[in-house]
Amino acid sequence: MTGTLGIWPLLLLAIAATYVWRALGVLLSARMNPEGAVFQCVTCVSYAMLAGLIARMTVLPLGGLAEAPLADRLIAMGLAFAVFFARRRKVLPGVATGVAAFILLAAARQAGLLGG
Amino acid sequence: MTGFGSLARESGFSLAAALGATAGIWGLPGQIALAELYASGSETLAVVMAVSLANARFLPMAVAFLPMMGAGLRRRAWLFALAQLISVNTWAAGLRVGPALAGPDRRRYFVSFAAVCIGAALLGTAAGFFATGTLPRPVTLGLIFLNPVFFALIFADTRIPATALALMIGAVTGPLLHLVSPDWGLLATGLLAGSAAFWLGRKLKRKGPDS
Repeated sequence: MTGTLGIWPLLLLAIAATYVWRALGVLLSARMNPEGAVFQCVTCVSYAMLAGLIARMTVLPLGGLAEAPLADRLIAMGLAFAVFFARRRKVLPGVATGVAAFILLAAARQAGLLGG
Repeated sequence: MTGFGSLARESGFSLAAALGATAGIWGLPGQIALAELYASGSETLAVVMAVSLANARFLPMAVAFLPMMGAGLRRRAWLFALAQLISVNTWAAGLRVGPALAGPDRRRYFVSFAAVCIGAALLGTAAGFFATGTLPRPVTLGLIFLNPVFFALIFADTRIPATALALMIGAVTGPLLHLVSPDWGLLATGLLAGSAAFWLGRKLKRKGPDS
């Protein structure tokens, strides 16, 4: 368990685990095509895991986000995507909308306007 | 990095640990994976592997970046230092501006730009950290929510078929495998969904051009 190790040793391991890819990049640079199959596979695995993490944070959050009901999280995420695609795939307006919607929903619930 | 600062505090990080993660890991996906899995009390090996895989994009990024950035560099060992400064922002700026400059100026530009970015990121992390617990609770929750929304939209812009497949399959598999194993579900998601998407992507590509 991470609890027994503490944050600092874990952080150092995490830094080293990230640096491994950078160092490998130095060693392989100029010798491999960055568009090659191996790197595509690495990207696929990395992205699949991150998509899984984001989905899990939205659907089954662990910390503070669990205070908001699932509906709020999904509505805010849906609005973010809607604005993102409506504004020709601009990230900033989408993110701003999603976060603002989420804050408003949370504030409304805190004020007892939406119940639950 | 403000969102990360909030998430880190919520996950039980001290300010120093949050700043250390920003400066040392210097890759937001891995930082978020670290905070989330630390909060869930996952096994150390599972956490470290997830952080590593989350930042695995640094490998192809470094391979594409360093030959240009290191052009004319006599001591190749410096490349190992330059590699640590790569993040999505500094990498994109280096690739955009670098080729127009002479070798030494490229590196001067890149190192200065990275230093500014790291400084700003540390400020952002601290701001998010202090905002949590100071600002009203809904705002704090909004800052934490910033993390998944930001990455969801960054990823929504992906147009490479195999990568888009990886994102879709991963998004569905992630929560399900988390229910099976909170410790290892995330890694299994990456390996299973990622290889499946890679394989499907190759099949599609082979069929694609002539059909």
